[in-house]
Amino acid sequence: MDFFDMFLNIGFWAATIRMATPLIFGTLGELICERAGVLNLGIEGIMTTGAMVAWMWVYQGGDLWSAVFVAAAFGMLFGYLHSIFSVYMGLSQHVTGIGITLLSTSLSYYSFRLLLPGVTTPPKIVPFQPVAIPVLSEIPVIGEAFFTQSPLTYLAFIMVGVVAYVLYRTPVGLAVRMVGENPMAVEVQGIDVYKVRTGAVMVGSAFMAVGGAFLTISVFDAFYFDMINGRGWICVALVIFASWRPGKALLGAVLFAAFDAIQIRVQQSSISFIPYQFFLMMPYIFSILALVIMSRKAAYPKALLVPFRRGQR
Amino acid sequence: MNTNFSHLRLGASLVDTETVLRVDGITKRFGSLVANDAISFSLKKGKVLSLLGENGAGKTTLMNIIFGHYSADEGFIEVFGQKLSSSNPAQAIALGVGMVHQHFTLADNLTVIENIILGTEPLWRLKQDMQAGRKRLAELSAEFGLQVDPDAPIKSLTVGEKQRVEILKALYRGAKILILDEPTAVLTPQETDQLFVILRDMLSRGLSVIFISHKLGEVMTIADDIAVLRHGKLVASFPKSEASREIIAEKMVGEAVPKPLRKAMATGELLLRLAHISVKDESGKTVLRDLSFELRRHEVIGIAGVSGNGQKPFSDVISGMMSPASGDVVMHDQAVLKYDPKEMVARGIGRIPEDRHVQGVVGDFSVEENMILETYEDRRFSRLGWLQKSAIAEHAKSLISAFDIRGASPQTVVRGLSGGNMQKVILSRVLENNPQIILANQPTRGLDVGAATFVHEQLFKAREDGAGIILISEDLEELLAVSDRVAVMYHGQLSEAKDVNDVTLQQLGLLMSGVGFEGSADRGHHAA
Amino acid sequence: MKVPLTGGTMQLEPRTYTPLWMTLAAPVIAVFVVLVLCSGLIIWADVPVIPSYIALFKGAFGSKFAIAETLVRATPLILTGLAAAVAFRAKLWNIGGEGQLYMGALAATYFGTGMINLPAPLMIPFLFVVGALAGGLLLLIPALLKTRLKVDEVVTTLLLNFVILLLANYLLFGPWKDPMAMGWPQGAPIIDSGILPKLIAKTRLHGGLIFALLASVVIWVVMSKTKWGLEIRAVGLNQEAASFAGIPINKTIIRTALISGGLAACAGVTEVAGTKEYLTLDISPGFGYTGIAVAMLAGLNPLGVVIAALFIAGIYNGADSMSRAMDVSNYIADVITAASLLMVMLAVMLTRIRIRFRN
Repeated sequence: MDFFDMFLNIGFWAATIRMATPLIFGTLGELICERAGVLNLGIEGIMTTGAMVAWMWVYQGGDLWSAVFVAAAFGMLFGYLHSIFSVYMGLSQHVTGIGITLLSTSLSYYSFRLLLPGVTTPPKIVPFQPVAIPVLSEIPVIGEAFFTQSPLTYLAFIMVGVVAYVLYRTPVGLAVRMVGENPMAVEVQGIDVYKVRTGAVMVGSAFMAVGGAFLTISVFDAFYFDMINGRGWICVALVIFASWRPGKALLGAVLFAAFDAIQIRVQQSSISFIPYQFFLMMPYIFSILALVIMSRKAAYPKALLVPFRRGQR
Repeated sequence: MNTNFSHLRLGASLVDTETVLRVDGITKRFGSLVANDAISFSLKKGKVLSLLGENGAGKTTLMNIIFGHYSADEGFIEVFGQKLSSSNPAQAIALGVGMVHQHFTLADNLTVIENIILGTEPLWRLKQDMQAGRKRLAELSAEFGLQVDPDAPIKSLTVGEKQRVEILKALYRGAKILILDEPTAVLTPQETDQLFVILRDMLSRGLSVIFISHKLGEVMTIADDIAVLRHGKLVASFPKSEASREIIAEKMVGEAVPKPLRKAMATGELLLRLAHISVKDESGKTVLRDLSFELRRHEVIGIAGVSGNGQKPFSDVISGMMSPASGDVVMHDQAVLKYDPKEMVARGIGRIPEDRHVQGVVGDFSVEENMILETYEDRRFSRLGWLQKSAIAEHAKSLISAFDIRGASPQTVVRGLSGGNMQKVILSRVLENNPQIILANQPTRGLDVGAATFVHEQLFKAREDGAGIILISEDLEELLAVSDRVAVMYHGQLSEAKDVNDVTLQQLGLLMSGVGFEGSADRGHHAA
Repeated sequence: MKVPLTGGTMQLEPRTYTPLWMTLAAPVIAVFVVLVLCSGLIIWADVPVIPSYIALFKGAFGSKFAIAETLVRATPLILTGLAAAVAFRAKLWNIGGEGQLYMGALAATYFGTGMINLPAPLMIPFLFVVGALAGGLLLLIPALLKTRLKVDEVVTTLLLNFVILLLANYLLFGPWKDPMAMGWPQGAPIIDSGILPKLIAKTRLHGGLIFALLASVVIWVVMSKTKWGLEIRAVGLNQEAASFAGIPINKTIIRTALISGGLAACAGVTEVAGTKEYLTLDISPGFGYTGIAVAMLAGLNPLGVVIAALFIAGIYNGADSMSRAMDVSNYIADVITAASLLMVMLAVMLTRIRIRFRN
């Protein structure tokens, strides 16, 4: 009974949407990279960096929106670094991505320690406050759950539409999709494959960083080490789950966040006799299951993981 | 430098209004290899210049320089009097050069219209103008008689249709000069004729064509001027009227390579029988349909056909890479039960794979390692899991000298070898076990005449020693020269193997386009 | 291949032959470049660079104690490095070393805290065997998912790390919590016969190092002298050609997974039975991930892994003492490791190509 009541609970749905937000950003970011043929395993570290720099920017006196842009800029920086290795040099995307994650994570931690030496409890900032959208937020139940959210959450939902539109309706989106299917088809039309791929990886990485920033300047008000906690890897799984489509990515992220919200509620409710660690495992196990279910018929972008070298047939 | 010298002659060319493209002193080096050595020629308006040469002569490299994929080390290219400055296809396209690559440059999962309009608009537009694109494509299709469904995904098209899309891509960009790189390699003789009709129509509309080929017959049909490349050098160029097949052939090959003679031999006992083999691919589509086939001792059976008509599943079944859905492969009166490469090798099948880089060798392995790749579990090479290093090296040494793999030691990394030597490594590995049945899939593709002749000699030798050989090839001339009997594969079916002396090129061509096959009246979509 | 890689005015051409000195110099030069780059971070902290690096070096190799500590730290890194090196050779992207390490530690704790009591010469090998089995079986899941269902192993191995860490967390806060540990989440101590003997008195250096060194020699022999090694390398370099030649692909991948997972798990055994002598949640500060850097630094060579592990361990230990002496956060060690991983990839690539500039 408790269990079903939960779905009528405003707080449950509000939490689901909130938890889905970083996953939406991260999944969209990864999707853009992979559509261009580049697996970006730097995501976990880039989200960490986004979380750290956005928080630090606000802590140092910057305003919240400029912090979002700063996070995006740092994401692009690491995306560019990724593409030097994976796109220009054509090195293993797997190892490059792990390297970028390790580097961006450690640089973030180092900088955090350097800028805030000797703090034991992280200081706090004033994060984004929920903004009620006029009219819509007055719809009973749904209004409060869906339309009284952080501005970044609205941005995430808008971005799903924007990414879908750009990918399927604009020349640059066509180039991105084509470069992930057959880079040579792009090269022969006089478009620079390296630039398209690099651009996609940079934009995708910016999305990831904003996803990380959401955690420190919207949901929470502080930066903790290990706070990304595998969210990036979950996004990589969600992209496969979503068959590389933005709409399905949104669905996947919300579904996933809902499971997460259920898990937290069941864990907190008194009926639970299962240790909480097993609930915490659920997101990871769900991700693996989602991969198992979807991988059989997964239609990978054909040139994913395949480096392009100019002048090679 | 060569370029300075060329400038002196610049004035003269400008007077000649007929010249649409001029290549002057192009040199391109890849490491120590000189792929193009000071090549100069010009293309006249409304004419076909045919660039002939063996595989590896430097034709494709030269075209890639013209189209901007590579940059030349020396020399320059002029299109309609304007110098190509950057190594970027964008400029070549803007100046009116279009290129149909030997390997299609299409994205299979996207549609025809998407493939064509990519890059025709500035990238940063809020909306792709599909309407305008469709309209223009429809006009071009009508004008040149190149019909194609704009919304069909590329993967649903036949090879011929894909080529049409490639040509439309160039025309859409307003190409005045069309470079066709081995356009007929994937076509049936009849489709080739159709292509020529289209090309002639284009010429009459003022387009100019560079037609790359290594097939003499076609060149004599379509060309106005002929240029012959050999080892990166332009060795001859003349109008077609001054050329004869003999002269061109001599220029292409240089010194005459003696062709191995195929001795007439009586065929022996039955070696291999395929009985009612059907194969389904991963998506459940039937790719081989009730195929039966017999191979006897002392014979070479050639399998002709446009690629993608079932050659791959056919060779995969015989090499043990794939199990048939129904039917049997019978050897020595025993049906094969386990389709596994090891099993097939153990049963005496020697397999020369289609793509030597992909399936034939491990490029980063040494010669000696590649030579034991199929037999490393043999007691000679490993005992209780331990590799017998000295035996492996000795083995490689003896094969290197037996197959005359020049410049290679057992430790040489295979990726550094020439195509011919790489094929010799595979050949030596396959032939040293005296296989009774040899499956040779495109064994001479991409090899120069010398290396190809070597491969043919080896196959003939094996035939004399009692082997039966299946030769799959897209090169009809090769098939007719090497085979005792020839069969054609079409839509997963195999025609009856006929004595090579009883078939003509024309008959084969008809079979390749499906005439004479069951249910070929309604030519459905390609078996892909 | 004679085809060049063209990029603007810079031309990259593959070399057909790489001289040995280049192969050896590449990681050294890469590391040097990294240290120069990272000095920027030290300057940012307003600390003099040269004295910092001297402090780092002293902390790593400056005394008998420092060397012993570096060797202690290198021990699990050799094993996780070998795990990555073996797997990557087969292009099995095992990023789950961390999870496998904890799996080995869990197995050693389960069997080594009194359940079974054997004399030391049997008990210690027994712990390594059960640990390796546990880790191998853990990697077997992603390997089977990869070979049977084509599920990408990168994501599954990564996600399993979190699952195993949570499992360890549950066990140490729950049923396995040592009641004698004053409320700390730690396991019961390993019984005496299971403890790896100390190699040098008054240091923490234990027999795990011997095991790790032996493992690297054994793996080197397996990779270069045996049929299994040939199969693993062939599958990694060209799976299609290997398959065509009759090498069993799936079997090879599964075998590689068992070896790789087992090696990473042995790192967990050395930490539980050697360094700590009981299980905690911080026996590994990311050894599983750092192992990837070690393997790449070593060019996936099992003997090179030992040197790379010593280097990385030295960096971590040195950074610890540097942070105490010079007020530079010891996260600098993570930065150096990650940057080395990337820089070495670049350097190794440059040994395989020739760059020509033109105008």
